[in-house]
Amino acid sequence: MLSHLPILQVVVPLLAAPACLLLDRSRLVWIFTVLACGLSLLISMLLLYQVSQHGTLSYDLGGWDAPWGIEYRIDLLSAYVMLVVSGIATLVIVAAGTGLEREIPLEKQTVFYVTYLLCLAGLLGIVATGDIFNVFVFLEISSLATYALIAYGRDRRALWAAYQYLIVGTIGATFILIGIGFLYSLTGTLNMQDLAARIPDSAGSRTASTAFVFIVVGVCLKLALFPLHLWLPNAYAYAPSLVTAFLAATATKVAVYLLIRLHFSVFGEQFASSSLPLHGILLTLGLAGVFVASLVAIFQPDIKRLFAYSSIAQIGYMIIGIGFGTAIGLQATLLHLFNHALMKGALFLALAAVVYRLGSADISAFRGLGRRMPWTMAAIVIGGLSLIGMPLTVGFVSKWYLILAAIEAGMWPVALLVVTGSILAVVYVWRLVEAAYFQPPENELPEGLDGPDRREAPLTLLVPTWLLVLVNIYLGIDTRLTVGTSGAVASALLGGGQ
Amino acid sequence: MLPELYNYWVVILLMMTGFYIVIVQGNLIKKLIGLNLFQTSVFIFYISLGKVSGGSAPIFAEGVSSYSNPLPHVLILTAIVVGIATTALALALVIRIRNAYGTVEEEELQQRDLEC
Repeated sequence: MLSHLPILQVVVPLLAAPACLLLDRSRLVWIFTVLACGLSLLISMLLLYQVSQHGTLSYDLGGWDAPWGIEYRIDLLSAYVMLVVSGIATLVIVAAGTGLEREIPLEKQTVFYVTYLLCLAGLLGIVATGDIFNVFVFLEISSLATYALIAYGRDRRALWAAYQYLIVGTIGATFILIGIGFLYSLTGTLNMQDLAARIPDSAGSRTASTAFVFIVVGVCLKLALFPLHLWLPNAYAYAPSLVTAFLAATATKVAVYLLIRLHFSVFGEQFASSSLPLHGILLTLGLAGVFVASLVAIFQPDIKRLFAYSSIAQIGYMIIGIGFGTAIGLQATLLHLFNHALMKGALFLALAAVVYRLGSADISAFRGLGRRMPWTMAAIVIGGLSLIGMPLTVGFVSKWYLILAAIEAGMWPVALLVVTGSILAVVYVWRLVEAAYFQPPENELPEGLDGPDRREAPLTLLVPTWLLVLVNIYLGIDTRLTVGTSGAVASALLGGGQ
Repeated sequence: MLPELYNYWVVILLMMTGFYIVIVQGNLIKKLIGLNLFQTSVFIFYISLGKVSGGSAPIFAEGVSSYSNPLPHVLILTAIVVGIATTALALALVIRIRNAYGTVEEEELQQRDLEC
């Protein structure tokens, strides 16, 4: 049983999805989905434990040996990312029990849970597999599910956003497919381990660098690196709030994982930096992303949109970490990947609570909210502080390592710019704090909502939010898990690539 | 160079045509047709990769010693299925967009969003 964990990680949500359709009573389906997500969380914890004790796990699908059959390969990096993905998925789905009723009509909820589980299966599959074509298949499973999830939004603009994301996402995935084709024609293998062994032989070949460029551009479209981010703000703003919480904390993180995996494990640092000036490009685009997105975020009236732009800025930080090309830079990226999932998960769940009570995430809805929904607002404030990078929150840990990496690389201006970027975050978080604590509440009731609706959010929404907030603080103080794991992963990736 | 590798030139031509349509067209359905062309060009690229000149279909038979590589062909079967799923989902979205907005032209969609 235990030796089958790598495949169970993907198969549990994949099979749970059609099983939901058989249950067909939304309450029952919800309980079932919570169980399925909880089970995958349990599996990913077990996997992380096994991997940290016994090293990399390799699983041959259907008993076919690795280079011929499909191999699932769980190393420390995959186990670490799977823990984030399944953890967030579980918390969001717990919150969905009540949070969903105002956002998705009852008769569509069963299908929603099916799509949600498929999306989770796709994301976990990308992380688990050691076969590069399998990555493409899982990427498309998760992407197709994501387009559908976004289209559940109440606003009709959600449909339009989903369509735009579909076009961009498909182009990105097709780029990756082209890259895989070039790699296959060059090396005759699809297994990542085999690829890593054979690519150095063809260093300097134009086919290899073309493949690399296609794959990097395709993945960067998926992770919304500036200036390929245009699909993201609308998709996040108009999707149902809980979907936004799930996607913001997992989908882009898995894309960052994919970039790290392909860059460092498959192509190797040496190839990547010698075939094109990737470091410079990533540093520049990352920094540009931080500044442009943060500046745009400051002027957004819709808070969901504000945090969507802030997500683009935070992805910029992750890309800067990769751009240094050093172990400590990569460690900063991995830390921020984990930490950003925690803070954005908490923030968007809290926003879901606000939307649940007030039906809107506009800045005007936040006036005086500090008194009416104190717990929700406190969660947003702590999440915001973490976003800024205050000490005692996880945000500080990743920013700290990012600055260390910049100093180690001798790039003082970059360190300075990272700090300046954080100040921009102070500005957009402060707008929210000001509205919530220093402005009187609006007197007239929003349409369709009566007195009792103006209280604190229900516990089922608050508990998952606060769990994430507490993890934010706990891992900001006791950093052994994240710093230890990410440090080990970073040195393994850079050591193995050379 | 051109005659032996003509299928790759077809790939490039189709890919660029499809990509251009996706970028330039304002009609959502036509955009999808462009996207399909773009994807199809990659299918042809893979199929060309797997073809061994003079090779037969990869079925064991007497008197045949050279076979085409079946793996890219199998991969592309999967990619075709993915492409169909994408197109189906996109068309479903377009139907719902038309129901919600009453149009499938990009410019009119933007205008109607600005109005409200």
